[in-house]
Amino acid sequence: MINSFPKLLNAAIITLKLLSVSLIVGLMIGLFFAILRLNKNIFVHKFAYTYSYLFRGTPLLVQIFIIYFGLGQIEYLRSTFLWVILKEPYWCAIIAFALNTGAYTSEILRSAFQTIKPGIIEAGQSLGLSSKIIFYKIQIPIAIRQSLPAYGNEIILMMKGTSLASTVTIMDLTGVAKYIISTTFKPIEVFIVAGGIYLFMTFIIHNVIKFLEKKYSFNS
Amino acid sequence: MELLAFGDTGWGDELFRATLMTIAVSITAMIIGFSFAAIFTPLKISKFKSFNLIANAYTTVIRGVPELLVIYLFFFGGSGAIMFLASMFGYNEYIEINAFITGSFAIGIISGAYSTEVFRGAIQSIDKGQFEAAKVLGLSKFVQFYKIILPQMLRLAIPNLSNVWQITLKDTSLISVTGLVEIMRQSYIAAGSTRDPLFFYSFAAVLYLLLTFLSMKLINKLEVKYSRGY
Repeated sequence: MINSFPKLLNAAIITLKLLSVSLIVGLMIGLFFAILRLNKNIFVHKFAYTYSYLFRGTPLLVQIFIIYFGLGQIEYLRSTFLWVILKEPYWCAIIAFALNTGAYTSEILRSAFQTIKPGIIEAGQSLGLSSKIIFYKIQIPIAIRQSLPAYGNEIILMMKGTSLASTVTIMDLTGVAKYIISTTFKPIEVFIVAGGIYLFMTFIIHNVIKFLEKKYSFNS
Repeated sequence: MELLAFGDTGWGDELFRATLMTIAVSITAMIIGFSFAAIFTPLKISKFKSFNLIANAYTTVIRGVPELLVIYLFFFGGSGAIMFLASMFGYNEYIEINAFITGSFAIGIISGAYSTEVFRGAIQSIDKGQFEAAKVLGLSKFVQFYKIILPQMLRLAIPNLSNVWQITLKDTSLISVTGLVEIMRQSYIAAGSTRDPLFFYSFAAVLYLLLTFLSMKLINKLEVKYSRGY
């Protein structure tokens, strides 16, 4: 149990790397699609809806497998520069995670944008602000505050989701835990250590989000 | 399309059976989850601090640890634990539990943690007056719960339970790592033997979409049924 701790701790760093890169990319994708969702053009709107429906309606495992095993099958892709990225399981996993969390994030941000009271935007307009400034200086900050609790949940779900990287040969926390279990046949001990590390990370994320919520609350 | 033909030439019948397996595992896991929720929800809303602690430990651990890790625990630890229990009763032969039971249990425990939270939320949002009125009517504790609290709780819980169902359905794809032949495992086998992973994994995605779409339709009907009179 003690011997496995350093190995698992090292693997936790890979989990954190996977998580942070996919969250950053996913947040940008999510913001982009949330804005598309609010577009009045029906095709743009439908496109964004279909994206989020497809990624929320299928398991993350399927998405990783399509990207890692499926895309390599297309001859054309193998000859482009994209192949440099797509042949690496690490980047495939990140693409899948980013697209997946992007779909959920776009839903969270969309509902946050929609709950902004029209009066606030009108107040901005009557101050003579351009619509760009209203969007960046009024709508986005309010939407971020609104969506913090839901986004905190999404971060925790995504952290659990990164465990699927172990199915495409990446040695993340779950991957290493599985390796140790299958070589030492001590499932319960390893589960306690690996699960403890995951719980610790959940705890940290939970508290950081709580702190941010307090910091950006409207009352303070 | 040839690849999906039924019979020996295609994978249609195999994938069809795999889809039924996914549905069976999801429903079993959901039922196991409800049994866990039936135990832990009362503990969670109990007045005793130590009961709260137990229930909170269950939901926090399960919701903070990846599903895959829980599945590995059951897959590698399940038969060991059963054999340990059996040896206490003097049975020392090797026992192997089949993948269906291990998988349903692992997913069921996860789904149970989410259900517990949903039921707790539903009970707590029932108006206090309802509990008092039930008491004042002089009904027995059982009738109070069964006839007055439960119907109202279900109405409030169904929308969130439909989310739990979606999560459970998608989580069953993870059982494929234990070798149970459900949609993901079957697609993996088919993709391996035909060297056409893009097609089979995309088809698996379509099957999952179909399942989530159809179950949503069904749940919406239930929702209408349970919100009669509101």
